[in-house]
Amino acid sequence: MSLTDADVRRIARLARLRVSDAEVSEVGRQLNGIFGLIEQLQAIDTDGVEPMSHARDVALRLREDVATAPNRREAFQAIAPAVENGLYLVPKVIE
Amino acid sequence: MTWEVVIGLEVHTQLSTQSKIFSAASTAFGAEPNTQTAVVDIALPGALPVMNKVAVEKAIQFGLAIGAKVNRKSVFARKNYFYPDLPKGYQISQFELPVVEGGAITIRVGDEEKRINLTRAHLEEDAGKSVHEDFHGMSGIDLNRAGTPLLEIVSEPEMRSAAEAVAYAKALHSIVTWIGICDGNMQEGSFRCDVNVSVRRPGEPLGTRREIKNLNSFKFMEQAIKYEVNWQIEQIEDGHKIQQATILFDPDSGETRMMRSKEDAHDYRYFPDPDLPPLVISEDWIARVRSELPELPEAMQARFAQQYGLSDYDARTLTASKALAGYFEATVAAGADAKLASNWITGEVAATLNREEQDITACPVAAEALAGLIRRVMDNTINNKTGKDVLKKMWESGDAADTIIERDGLKQENDAGAVEAIIDGVLAANQAMVDEYKSGKEKAFNALVGQCMKASKGKANPAQVNEILKRKLG
Repeated sequence: MSLTDADVRRIARLARLRVSDAEVSEVGRQLNGIFGLIEQLQAIDTDGVEPMSHARDVALRLREDVATAPNRREAFQAIAPAVENGLYLVPKVIE
Repeated sequence: MTWEVVIGLEVHTQLSTQSKIFSAASTAFGAEPNTQTAVVDIALPGALPVMNKVAVEKAIQFGLAIGAKVNRKSVFARKNYFYPDLPKGYQISQFELPVVEGGAITIRVGDEEKRINLTRAHLEEDAGKSVHEDFHGMSGIDLNRAGTPLLEIVSEPEMRSAAEAVAYAKALHSIVTWIGICDGNMQEGSFRCDVNVSVRRPGEPLGTRREIKNLNSFKFMEQAIKYEVNWQIEQIEDGHKIQQATILFDPDSGETRMMRSKEDAHDYRYFPDPDLPPLVISEDWIARVRSELPELPEAMQARFAQQYGLSDYDARTLTASKALAGYFEATVAAGADAKLASNWITGEVAATLNREEQDITACPVAAEALAGLIRRVMDNTINNKTGKDVLKKMWESGDAADTIIERDGLKQENDAGAVEAIIDGVLAANQAMVDEYKSGKEKAFNALVGQCMKASKGKANPAQVNEILKRKLG
């Protein structure tokens, strides 16, 4: 497959990355290079092979259900750009 | 031509755990903003999620309760989207391999029973909350809810009316609260419903659906679906096409409105979360959860009908919630006749609770105390009508039935001689009624019984009055 400039712009928008018009074709060329490698992988016959979601063959570690985390709001909010009444302030959310 | 309505539900149930799904922060509702967050919940770089065992166990409980397949291996995935209440830029969810697949629940509309199949149920984290008050042109974000464990339960599109959809949501609510995986508190958002609605001509392929988001009451759900169905039918009949969209229901106007159309529908770009290896559930774990599962509503209903000789209707009413069923069984265990206990609980007790907009957990008369009252009706110390008055007094004062009967002198007059004397007095004073009865007016007999009960201040045994009166008039 080959990504068009429109595909590149769409992917960039979904990832909230700013890609200027001048950069689009170069980014597209690089992405297509990556997809080329993936195409090689996809050419391998994997019939009968269980899909692998993780490279390491380990199971998820589980923890006991206890609420031990202290309230660290002050420390966390000290590095936030804007806070008020205990809330983080962000550019207005329009729905 | 008729239209067929097609409805499927996605329900987000908040799992009742102490801590969050991937962090040790508390999940308690109503705390000061952002006081219940850990590094994972606010997405500080490098913070890694660690799965809560109880959240998994609750998902297993649900799977077993609805006869679904509990996957021995399931995978967490990242669902990518940007929103300020989702600090990581993705929600950890499950996509290709959910923890629970399949299963079904029975719903009931009127006298009709129907099985609704479930597609899947998967574990995921909740997002935070946006506070839309105006902070100098900015929005406030509270991340206390971020990371609260959710089980998203997805049904097949098998419901065919608003009534069926509501019956399904209620049945699901009943199951999750019954097995104790969710507190079911809809006001606090513990049980949130998204409803997919489409219409089609019978036999044709599925129509385009619109999704009504975040319904948090059964009443609104019914209103929203009815409105939406009419809207879609009108659109199509007017020659328009339905566009796939996400919509909100406004309870004030009773209408649905567009939140976002498909144009900017999300492309979530799911992929397996590299931070979380597959969730593996052992046979032993499933076996243990199965052995600890409480008796489920349907099984209990069948047992009530059989063991206590109750009607299907009464058995179903009493098993509407685990608390109610427990109250009934405790009443019987304390010596009340099962049928009488059923009548009192589904009758007088339920009616009083309804009036006070309370449920059985708030009933001031304990099961043992109710049994104390029923025993006095069983042994003819008081009659049924006096019993209702006694219950009212028990409700208000918290006193035992025996205390109230004694104190207020409510004991039924079972002495035949005394009852006879009262009846003689009534007959002498009501010659006109006696004549009416003798001339064939059956109604006059009931009036005379009423007079006798009144003369005894309600303390006579109605059956005994009937019997003696019949003999005297006969």
